[in-house]
Amino acid sequence: MDTTKVADTNGTQPAAASKPGRVGTLATWADERLGLATAMKKNLRKVFPDHWSFMLGEIALWSFVVLLLTGVFLTLWFTPSMGETTYDGTYEQLRGIQMSEAFASTLRISFDVRGGLLMRQMHHWAAMLFVASMMVHLLRVWFTGAFRKPRELNWVIGCLLLLLGTLEGFTGYSLPDDLLSGTGIRAADGFIKATPVVGTYMSFFLFGGEFPGESIIPRLYTVHVLLIPGLLLALIGAHMLLLVYHKHTQWPGPGRTEKNVVGFPMLPVYAAKAGGFFFIVFGVTALMGALLSINPVWKYGPYDPSKVTAGSQPDWYMGWPDGALRIMPGIETHIWGVTISWNVMLPILVLPMLAFTVLLLLPFIDAWVTGDKRDHHLLYRPRNAPTRTALMVALMTMYGLFWAAGGNDIIAIKLHASINQITYFMRAAVLVGPILAFVITRRWCISLQRKDNETLLHGYETGIIMRSAEGGYSERHLPLPESRAYVLTARDRDPVANGEVTPEVDANGVAAPRKGRLAGLRDRMRTVMWADNVQKPTLEELEAGHHHADHEHELQASLDGHAADGHQFDGHHLVSEEHLRDPHH
Amino acid sequence: MSDDSHELMNLPDEGVTDDLYANPGLPEHAWRPTDVDPKLEKRAERQVATLMTLSAICTILLLVSYFTVDKDATFAGLGAQNLALGLSLAGALLFIGVGVIQWARKLMADHEIVEMRHPAASSQEDREATIAALNAGLEESGIGRRPLVRNSLLGAVGLLGLPAIVMLRDLGPTPNQVADAQDYPGAGLENTVWEEGTRVVRDVVGTPIRPGDLQIGDLVNAEPETLYNGGPDGEPLEGVVLQIAKSKAAVVVVRMEPEEITPAPGRENWNVDGITSYSKICTHVGCPISLYERTTHHLLCPCHQSTFDLADAGRVVFGPAARPLPQLPLAVDSEGYLVAQGDFNEPVGPSFWERG
Repeated sequence: MDTTKVADTNGTQPAAASKPGRVGTLATWADERLGLATAMKKNLRKVFPDHWSFMLGEIALWSFVVLLLTGVFLTLWFTPSMGETTYDGTYEQLRGIQMSEAFASTLRISFDVRGGLLMRQMHHWAAMLFVASMMVHLLRVWFTGAFRKPRELNWVIGCLLLLLGTLEGFTGYSLPDDLLSGTGIRAADGFIKATPVVGTYMSFFLFGGEFPGESIIPRLYTVHVLLIPGLLLALIGAHMLLLVYHKHTQWPGPGRTEKNVVGFPMLPVYAAKAGGFFFIVFGVTALMGALLSINPVWKYGPYDPSKVTAGSQPDWYMGWPDGALRIMPGIETHIWGVTISWNVMLPILVLPMLAFTVLLLLPFIDAWVTGDKRDHHLLYRPRNAPTRTALMVALMTMYGLFWAAGGNDIIAIKLHASINQITYFMRAAVLVGPILAFVITRRWCISLQRKDNETLLHGYETGIIMRSAEGGYSERHLPLPESRAYVLTARDRDPVANGEVTPEVDANGVAAPRKGRLAGLRDRMRTVMWADNVQKPTLEELEAGHHHADHEHELQASLDGHAADGHQFDGHHLVSEEHLRDPHH
Repeated sequence: MSDDSHELMNLPDEGVTDDLYANPGLPEHAWRPTDVDPKLEKRAERQVATLMTLSAICTILLLVSYFTVDKDATFAGLGAQNLALGLSLAGALLFIGVGVIQWARKLMADHEIVEMRHPAASSQEDREATIAALNAGLEESGIGRRPLVRNSLLGAVGLLGLPAIVMLRDLGPTPNQVADAQDYPGAGLENTVWEEGTRVVRDVVGTPIRPGDLQIGDLVNAEPETLYNGGPDGEPLEGVVLQIAKSKAAVVVVRMEPEEITPAPGRENWNVDGITSYSKICTHVGCPISLYERTTHHLLCPCHQSTFDLADAGRVVFGPAARPLPQLPLAVDSEGYLVAQGDFNEPVGPSFWERG
């Protein structure tokens, strides 16, 4: 192709630095004071690899920026006070009603501040996007192996971001002091009181006395607009710095190795793509704020501790511990003059903390089991780590079932089913479901691995059915293009194939190092992790496979142009004279 | 692009431990139509510029609708102002986003660039130098040689953690302080504003209830009359005192056939002609309970579906609650209105450690 007439922006040579332009003058001014040139030299053209799944974390980042912008707007009118006032604003149905200043100012933002409702709805939608995209991003990182060394600490930071984002969401939707959010705070008070020994003290300190008191809204406000956003901002900064320092992971492919990173430079392509994507996330949030009503607090009314709405549910990301709370049997111990509320403590205090700890430790548990000390920058497909994939799918299943249990009343209404039976079913399902999901996913991944090997050894299916002289039918297979075959085989062999554990003494007669008390457990876990996996073919298998394919091809060569009955009706030539069968028979 | 001066430690040779196929290397760069056809290049330029113009139009629409669209106007059942502002803002933002990405995809150079990675770890040399510097610093400080200085410092700094906790003490009073001070009616976790002779009044309106007002199967959300006359001079409670009183004293009053009621031992005379009253506050985590099924006398909490049998001493028949609803002993006063015989038989609301 003639490339002399390429667009002038596509020059591959840097412009000669003959005479500094305006940008150069400004850069020199800045560098003489900040010394930025050294740091920017590499980073301005820092390479980011391209893949749609790398965009998920970006959604989280940009929705956080939208949250900051819309949040600042809301603070200009919101009054974080539980002082009582009589509403006399625009919304007629609530005029003359006693309510807190917080609720009244929320109504004011919704009805009297132009664009206030839009900002409120955008803020709430962005919060949902923020938490949701963090979760999906976390799944991507796990399923593709991006959590491995050297990125374990960034996984930890990401988990903290998810936890803080969830808390930020809870404190945020509690602020309007409407009937629904007040009920949520009241339930939270119940959770706190269920804490052994110090529960009532914690509750009284948090609420400034007895529930509901008049301190909780201003206190949550400080947490929501100062404490948690500050932490989020710092952690997001650290998350991004580590991302830049480690350089992004990439998919294996032609020219892409553990040693390099291939993609587009930050300036201009990624700056434009990421910057443009910020506007898209912002715009989609605006679209949602314009079209989709969310948290219409005026319909719920102000908080009244003697009232409740049917179908009371928290925002979706708080749903799974709520589900655990719903299906937990009512067990309480009364002993030595004290009460231990297992029915509240286990599902809402112990379970989420346990789940979070497990999530946080996953990369470290994984590294301990595999004993892998190498750096990893190439991703793998989920199928090539069947046990890891299955583990996360099991956790997702458990999450999903708990979450569904959090809507057991809605399910009962929609399906006309008994809420009791749904609850009993869920009690069993949260235990059995993850195990089933683990087994199914693991075998599914292994089958997909087998299918990859099949394609490597015998070629891909062309969809052309051949009939031999004897009347036998076969489908023609053709070998994969080399680049595709390279990608399929660009993965490690698992260290423990076919259930063989680390030998006590290696091939050279050197004793394995002392392995500690848990070595037995680790060997068993390694067996579970790898033993059933299908390894990529060996060189011999590959050659044998290719030889076999060539042979097949030879056999089929004589049939070229003699496809089975019907193939002449492929629309490429006239068929008026053609017959499916010999008309003389 | 590559700056490969560091030694690549730790990195396996390639992505794989045994290459079955040689790495084919980066595929050849393919020129885009906009790279080789000036007409298409111009067209892409115009597309980007058009998108920017559309964005600007949307921004102007936003400003216009801010000043012109009435806040009470509706459009297709939606608030017209919110819709106009939201859609124009969305347009203004999305057109910029799409335009910039179009610019990046069609017009900016699309050569893939290779950058070499470096191990996250520092070089051995740096590491040794750092450790040497650290040791030198520690040595010069004498922190190892002067345990008295070190330990007293650690002790002093550690002690500073205490004020950080203690100074939060005034966040609130302790449960006992609240119960002992009785600054407001029914203060403390174990008490409510119900007393002997407190009239049972209807929620919201505050009118007292005669037994004859209730039919079999009726449920009334009720409150103590104290909320309406409990102030020091008989004025209604208000503000935080009202909220606290409400959060503990709310009850449901139901009437059923007297023979359907199975009273708990010792509570045989707590009902009036089949009228019985229980705390409305769930013993699970404290939601007000609201859903009553008159045929079964079951009361269901909408938050976590704990279900209580009001004919059977408020027993838990289903769900995560562990304790029956506290019962309010009822009687009729001289004027024929429902009153409480006293406070509930046990603390209302969710369980807590000290309640025994």
